[in-house]
Amino acid sequence: MLEIKNLHVAVDGKEILKGIDLTVGAGEVHAIMGPNGSGKSTLSYVLAGRDGYEVTGGSVTYKGRDLLAMNIDERASAGVFLAFQYPIEIPGVTTMTFLKAAVNAQRKARGQDELDAPRFLKLVREKSKPLNVADDMLKRALNVGFSGGEKKRVEILQMSLLEPSLAVLDETDSGLDIDALKVVAQGVNSLRSPDRAMIVITHYQRLLDFIVPDTVHVLSKGRIVRSGGKELAGELERTGYAEFAA
Amino acid sequence: MAAIRETVETVDQIGGEKCKYGFSTDIESERAPIGLSEDTIRFISAKKNEPQWMLDWRLQAYRRWLQMEEPKWAKVSYPPIDFQNAYYYSAPKQNAKLASLDEVDPKLLETYKKLGIPLVEQQLLAGVAVDAVFDSVSVVTTFKSKLAEVGVIFCPFSEAVREHPELVKKYLGSVVPSSDNYYATLNSAVFSDGSFVYIPPGVRCPMELSTYFRINEKQTGQFERTLIIADKGAYVSYLEGCTAPQRDENQLHAAVVELVALDDAEIKYSTVQNWFPGDEDGKGGIYNFVTKRGDCRGARSKISWTQVETGSAVTWKYPSCILRGDDSRGEFYSIAISNHFQQVDSGTKMLHLGKNTSSRIISKGIAAGRSSNTYRGLVSVHKKAENVRNFTQCDSSLIGPRCSAHTVPYIEAKNPTAILEHEATTSNISEEQLFYCMQRGVPAEEAVALIVNGFCRDVLQQLPMEFAVEAQKLVGISLEGSVG
Repeated sequence: MLEIKNLHVAVDGKEILKGIDLTVGAGEVHAIMGPNGSGKSTLSYVLAGRDGYEVTGGSVTYKGRDLLAMNIDERASAGVFLAFQYPIEIPGVTTMTFLKAAVNAQRKARGQDELDAPRFLKLVREKSKPLNVADDMLKRALNVGFSGGEKKRVEILQMSLLEPSLAVLDETDSGLDIDALKVVAQGVNSLRSPDRAMIVITHYQRLLDFIVPDTVHVLSKGRIVRSGGKELAGELERTGYAEFAA
Repeated sequence: MAAIRETVETVDQIGGEKCKYGFSTDIESERAPIGLSEDTIRFISAKKNEPQWMLDWRLQAYRRWLQMEEPKWAKVSYPPIDFQNAYYYSAPKQNAKLASLDEVDPKLLETYKKLGIPLVEQQLLAGVAVDAVFDSVSVVTTFKSKLAEVGVIFCPFSEAVREHPELVKKYLGSVVPSSDNYYATLNSAVFSDGSFVYIPPGVRCPMELSTYFRINEKQTGQFERTLIIADKGAYVSYLEGCTAPQRDENQLHAAVVELVALDDAEIKYSTVQNWFPGDEDGKGGIYNFVTKRGDCRGARSKISWTQVETGSAVTWKYPSCILRGDDSRGEFYSIAISNHFQQVDSGTKMLHLGKNTSSRIISKGIAAGRSSNTYRGLVSVHKKAENVRNFTQCDSSLIGPRCSAHTVPYIEAKNPTAILEHEATTSNISEEQLFYCMQRGVPAEEAVALIVNGFCRDVLQQLPMEFAVEAQKLVGISLEGSVG
């Protein structure tokens, strides 16, 4: 699914990622943990194609294609999804309008017919229910005045509607209380499937109690310094990142 | 008048060269002589079979105009206009007709397609001769009889001069005097044609005026004159313009619109303006110098302006309300989009003369490319106007580093009971908003359209439904080429 080789990335001329190697297969869930400033968010933005993240070396292959050569929206339509740590507000655009624009843009890019309003409405209702996203939220402007929990639930709703092949979840647990975290984690777990890969980026082990990864990587100072099974997360919880930060 | 010739050439490239498509020689005789003089005005008036009083009114305006100077205070710049090197009258039938849509510039057709305009309308808009005009004639007839049933007069201005002289005499120039300003005075002297609407007391006009007629409107030319009167307790919603870019061979447009609302009457006036804005290098394009003013003459009357301005190279336009009647209300909702080298200086004036009058101004300016977008507004409270309320909100959004937005609000309160609120914001379409939309698969230009439509939502909601849908698409089309 995804193969990252010796990836170097600079922001404003400063090297943030210093040679990342990571292979994620279909159906796998990888967690990337690390202290603040280790390059976790940079990795997620580079995979999504955000401007300002300059790849200075290495390669990223996604489903056999050169991911770095693709536009942001091309990557999205090819199945790369990023759940944002801080979802962006878009005033005046209702959540429903935004969801429809996204779903239909991707369908169009893939040569499928666009969903009309009734079909789309039915789909959204079906996907919203398990995430506790009420009709009222869908009518409000996207993320404007949403609580932390509401924002994250709508992120997962988008993921559920867009059915990506590769989902990158950037600090999805930040700003959530335990109840909200459970709802979000359940949503994510229900989207685990043999043909979908996930990269779960988090600072804390807490999220990984609910979304149990196959593999855990520790990112520090722009490098993956350790990889292991899910038990590695528990170990980190006890020892902290001190030994990697030095 | 090099600039005008340039426009004609550019517009010709879009609409087809005129000699090729049947501009015949007898046209010359239908044209007024070049330049502006009393003879030109007599010629225009004679062509329209106008009564003496109308001619006198025009001549008076002309003599006044000779003593006036072009206003220079707006934040726009353009080469000097040579008024003596232009034609002021040409009969509508002289418009070049194309034989079929195959002869129309594919770029124009592409835009029509994006707007979802039906084929027959496309032909009419592009200036294709349509002889068997589907059943528009019967449609028009049906609606005309429906209007006649309730006593609504809706006709070309020149027809009103002949058929309803008492109404025209009473109201013409009563809101925008013929001496009002340089362009309004010019219009008063040489106006070509336009619409006349009269809604009798207590009548609610049964349809949005001009929705069903817009495709049948003859080209009313560069000096359009519109007069709408809502008598006591009447209501009318009037739509001007069209989302589709239209062929036009005149560079200077100086229209005048006058609205009169008597006691308890309401007029809702919506405009979508999408004239040729000039090309991507800023060449050509229409100068739109318009005077629009509504007079809330009666108590509890209401006038509401809604405009979506996306076209023209230079726009100079301030639809205003004179709130004369006690408890009257004025509204101004505006979206002004400028791209490439367009210059917009637009806004409104709310003149509070009556007691308990209120007004609301919502202005959304969007600048892209190298364009300049200015909101200029005046809220004025007369010393005898007690308990005036005004709320003003001016939001500007910038796309890219080379455009500019300006807000110039004037507020004059001469009565201490007035409560006036003004809010203004300027923002960029943020990189993170664009990134977010694109990460969900929405291509850059669609993302800009989505974000800008959200930004304009408060105003778009004021438009009549079917207009609103087209206007939303237009917002996207106007900003094409503004990112990436």
